Amino acid sequence: MNAISALLRRELTLAMRRRGDALTALFFFVIVASLFPLGVGPDPKLLHLMGGGVVWVAALLAAMLSLGRLFAADHADGTLEQLILTPTSPVVWIAGKILAHWLVSGVPLILMAPVLGIQFGLSGAELAVLMWSLLLGTPALSLIGAIGAALTLGLRGGGVLVSLLVLPLYVPVLIFGAGAVDGAISGLGSEAHLSLLGGILILAFMLTPWAVAAALRISIE
Amino acid sequence: MSGFNLYKYSSPATFYVLAGRLIPWFYAAAALLGAAGLYVSFFLAPTDFQQGEAYRIIFIHVPAAWMSMFIYLAMAGWAALGLAFNTRLSFMMASALAPTGAMLTFVSLWTGALWGKPTWGAWWVWDARLTSELILFFLYLGFMALQAAIDDPRRADRAGALIALVGVVNVPIIYFSVKWWNTLHQGASVSLNTAPSMAAVMLAGMLVMALAVWMYAIAAALSRVRCIILERERNSQWVAQMLGAEPHPHPNLPLEGEGTNVEGI
Amino acid sequence: MLEGKSLACVRGERTLFSRLDFALGEGELLLVQGANGSGKTSLLRMVCGLLAPEFGEISWHGEAIASCRERYHADMVYFGHAPAVKEDLSAFENLDLACRLAGFPAGRDDVKGALGYLGLGHCLDLPARSLSQGQRRRVALARLLLTRARLWILDEPLTALDQAALHLVQSLLGEHLAKGGMVMLTTHQPVAVAGVVPKTLQLS
Repeated sequence: MNAISALLRRELTLAMRRRGDALTALFFFVIVASLFPLGVGPDPKLLHLMGGGVVWVAALLAAMLSLGRLFAADHADGTLEQLILTPTSPVVWIAGKILAHWLVSGVPLILMAPVLGIQFGLSGAELAVLMWSLLLGTPALSLIGAIGAALTLGLRGGGVLVSLLVLPLYVPVLIFGAGAVDGAISGLGSEAHLSLLGGILILAFMLTPWAVAAALRISIE
Repeated sequence: MSGFNLYKYSSPATFYVLAGRLIPWFYAAAALLGAAGLYVSFFLAPTDFQQGEAYRIIFIHVPAAWMSMFIYLAMAGWAALGLAFNTRLSFMMASALAPTGAMLTFVSLWTGALWGKPTWGAWWVWDARLTSELILFFLYLGFMALQAAIDDPRRADRAGALIALVGVVNVPIIYFSVKWWNTLHQGASVSLNTAPSMAAVMLAGMLVMALAVWMYAIAAALSRVRCIILERERNSQWVAQMLGAEPHPHPNLPLEGEGTNVEGI
Repeated sequence: MLEGKSLACVRGERTLFSRLDFALGEGELLLVQGANGSGKTSLLRMVCGLLAPEFGEISWHGEAIASCRERYHADMVYFGHAPAVKEDLSAFENLDLACRLAGFPAGRDDVKGALGYLGLGHCLDLPARSLSQGQRRRVALARLLLTRARLWILDEPLTALDQAALHLVQSLLGEHLAKGGMVMLTTHQPVAVAGVVPKTLQLS
């Protein structure tokens, strides 16, 4: 436990000293979402219908963009080897690293989402659902994405490759996340979507650290 | 161990020869079954009273779609075997299956579009099955791209195997979510589910075609795995002997007898 | 007691070594020698458990390292090519966190003392970015002063060190061996540890 709190503290300190990285992904999120009205036109009704989906797609892309930071720097400077050689079970410290990554790259997206929602004319209740869906969905994105990040460590063109590996796996999260907001807009309710999203999160939390541990072993050999 | 020795066939050298003997039979079976299946589907099967002649594309579309899904399962199965027992041949089988699977996925998407135009009036509809098939296509591409990006064969094998397993866990979730999404957004659209009940001849044609695709897939995968074996083992003695040449003077040639050790399970 | 039996290493298509045996007992120093590309680093990574041997087995006190991983890693410290020093953290933070992560938390004064011993007393709070290559390696080597691990696996620990640091590291090795520790190391420089005759393992 001591080792995990040390790891979390280290990750957060590093993120604080490299605020620029997290901010870049956040601005990317804002810009992508803001491009859609320019592409499809300013019709408020259309934008209101699209809002949830657009914010979710933008969040997905921003989450994917930040995956590179998860293991690459530690791999390059030898820290990853040292982590693997600690007596702590890899599943535990991997979960810790992913948690830290989500705190740094996922939470800002959730906090920024209402601002983007307002651009698309979402109401207060709809914004709340949007935030809930992101709160349940972005950790799942970090967990699933970690597998791709671990498998592509040190490969040429790793960034593009990660997107090819990870985006198809993100489909269920996108469907239920954006679906929750749509449910709120259409009045059909979003509980079912949010529960399914929660289910995916639990499943991802239980399975992905093992897959990431295996992937890191493969990549580090 | 007496009698049939399974491990003997998990050695690439033995398997190379065995596969070479089997391939012509599978290709022949594929050709015969394909000819029979096409005859049944295009000449014997009755014209559909709703969709006319255009429906006949499903005799290619459906078997290709079935096989594309089954191959992904088979790939993941070989991958799991490889990771569990560290058998190189299993990894090679997984990589050999991927291009055939991707090709069949593409065929099923393409024929789906050809069928969709006269039937639904559009080349592409976001039907649950078509969308899942599209995502399956992306999964195949991801697997192949990952293996292509890794130079070290050992890492390529294992990384590919892992992503295939992750994919196979996700496929049902993806399929379920896409279906859910589809029913919410489209309501009752024309779907492949509601195809009119099939005449016995049509079913027979479909099954024969499915068998033909099956045989073709096995033959293609075996041919590809032979190429992979040759490429991976090009510096080993059995390849040199088989090709009737002197062993390639390689400074790091594995020591005699080591091949079997390394091979082992 | 660390033992390797008929180890083989294949990288890509090249067999780097095969049928390699070694044993390392308490108080012994094992020097791994060989030309560039002969597989020294691969062997050390294999002994750490980072790289699975193509063939053969490595055991720690008679048990395969894969089956007693946690105990083995608690008893081992590895110093690799990359010093595992974060540029954005200070020398103090780097060492402090490295010890905590490895499961042997050391007090503030111990950490400062270790850095001081290796001649970094004046740059405790400087970000590692501003340290030289040799200084960064000293930060990483300072772990050796704090760890209680009995087995040290050191890959080129002497590279980029000045004369004074060379002497410090060699005396550190001597103390560790005198206490019954074990060291496996690769180097291109001559190593002289007082009172110890190193075993050598030649990779061709």
